[in-house]
Amino acid sequence: MIPLEHYLYISAALFSLGVFGVLTRRNAVNVLLSIELIFNSANINLVAFSRYVEGALGGQVFALLVIVIAACEAAVALAIVMSLYRVVKHVNLDDAAELKG
Amino acid sequence: MESLGAAAIFYGTAAFMLASALYVVLGRNLVHCAFALMGTFFGVAVLYIYLGADFLAGAQVVVYVGGILTLMVFGVMLTNRIYNLNLSSGAIQVVPGALSAGLVFALLVWIIQSVDWGAMDSGDPGPTSEGIGRMLVGDYLLPFEIASVLLLIALMGAAMLVRRRRSG
Repeated sequence: MIPLEHYLYISAALFSLGVFGVLTRRNAVNVLLSIELIFNSANINLVAFSRYVEGALGGQVFALLVIVIAACEAAVALAIVMSLYRVVKHVNLDDAAELKG
Repeated sequence: MESLGAAAIFYGTAAFMLASALYVVLGRNLVHCAFALMGTFFGVAVLYIYLGADFLAGAQVVVYVGGILTLMVFGVMLTNRIYNLNLSSGAIQVVPGALSAGLVFALLVWIIQSVDWGAMDSGDPGPTSEGIGRMLVGDYLLPFEIASVLLLIALMGAAMLVRRRRSG
């Protein structure tokens, strides 16, 4: 039915959109949303290879671990964004340059 | 005929998913972006179902839509003053960013096309939860334990970071 390459193309497009979002958005929460897109594209690749190349479940276990790490990342990153907001009253990444020498 | 309908649903879902991802990175309203991300997550879950990964599709919906996205919406609400409609998120470096992302995409497409994957559809693996469970407590026991400790540490760390420190 669906060839493997089509999953890879979809995943590549999703990854590129995530990269574009990370590079261009100014709001920290929006950058986090784009990072979630990148996580999902990597997961699609893992699950697709798990189905097509070896027929084993190893890729799905890896994808599950990626979901766990994405949850950790979202929690800690949002905590950092909250702390930033509390200090400087905005979440604009360009202006958060207090540590710049 | 049935597989034609399945393929139509697949490509429709993929197009919907990519369209909502495009809105996530281009949209002006942050709340709309967060809800567009929900469309992307559901699209990825449908892709998992097409790949026969039933457990992962469930985990995707529960963890991403139920957990991470809720967290993100809270993040949007708590870091923006809702009432003065300051929810827009500007963009910078649009042309260099689009150029870099386009280059990354072209490179990935070139790699995908130039490799002979020799991939065979191994067929529907059936229910996967038993196999995943056995692997998590078998071959993948150490990553599983590390992931659980990491979850605990992240939970405590996040609580520590956002705690309001009492002065004096």
